[in-house]
Amino acid sequence: MTYSSAQIWGIIAVLAVGTFLIRFSFLGLLGNRPLPPYVLRLLRYTPVAVIPGMVAPLVLWPAATGGVPDLPRAAAAIATLIVGLWTRNVIAAIGAGAFVLYAGLGLTALLAG
Amino acid sequence: MTAHPAPPRRLFKEGAVGGLPFLIVVTPFSMLFGVVATDAGLTLAQTMGFTVLVIAGAAQFAAIHLMTENAAVPLILLTALAVNLRMAMYSASLAPHLGAAPLWQRGLIAYANFDQTFTLAIARYDAEPALSLRDKVLFFAGVATPITVVWCAMTAVGAVIGSSIPAWLALDFALPITFLALIGPMLRTLAHVAAAGTSVVVALLLAGLPAGVGLMIAAGAAMVAGATVETWMQRWGA
Repeated sequence: MTYSSAQIWGIIAVLAVGTFLIRFSFLGLLGNRPLPPYVLRLLRYTPVAVIPGMVAPLVLWPAATGGVPDLPRAAAAIATLIVGLWTRNVIAAIGAGAFVLYAGLGLTALLAG
Repeated sequence: MTAHPAPPRRLFKEGAVGGLPFLIVVTPFSMLFGVVATDAGLTLAQTMGFTVLVIAGAAQFAAIHLMTENAAVPLILLTALAVNLRMAMYSASLAPHLGAAPLWQRGLIAYANFDQTFTLAIARYDAEPALSLRDKVLFFAGVATPITVVWCAMTAVGAVIGSSIPAWLALDFALPITFLALIGPMLRTLAHVAAAGTSVVVALLLAGLPAGVGLMIAAGAAMVAGATVETWMQRWGA
């Protein structure tokens, strides 16, 4: 990370103010005016539009292996997604992913050792 | 249903008890943020500033991730704020219930307006619309207080123990797993799946661009894809 301390605090400050304004928007300033339906429709997909695109490269080209695809990490990613879809439970999905990751890394170390 | 006003604080207690199950999620998630943020190079004060002032898990993780890639500052801000845009919807949904509260109360509610508090509060208000404004505010405060305190405290714990975690624990992959775990439960409809799929494909195709640029384009395309598929589904009554 190459940011100066001032830049980091700047990022924190802008995110803090921006996030607060998003949360405060209708409650505080805009009253009860409804949003246009198409805007609401776009907003509905923001988390699911940002997060998958961020994760996909991390899964396919993990930094820890210098960007080389890694079977334990790929298997852990698939397990996390499947358990999350199936149980709708974030912690269960994290648990499944961690279990598969450590089992995979352990097996790889055993086979290599 | 009784016509008598609820005794003072009853709704606060009800909210606090209702929010307790969320602590099981918030505790490890906030610890992980402390670990990941200090591991990325943030000081303890910066990590705590992030968690106390921004108080939005997914956006915090997104910002830290882009910072480790040395992305341009405007892209970090845009991406993290885009992750939080859904909270404008929460704000719009809460406004009919809480819009008449005093400004300082609405300010505090906005600060604590995140996934867990919103979900519980709106469910309670919809179940009993006749609740007084005071009771609605108390319920929200009841849900928000323990979650906010635990979120901040456990981030500090994670930040302090973070540096003593050995390499074989492969914490590099904690972030992708956390995000993937968040995505699974979000894929509720075909439109959500279309948005997620578009995001993945476009982000991978544009992976060669400077850090954060491809993701911004992918997110924009994915939002349009999700909204478009939703429009089709409504038109065809699917």
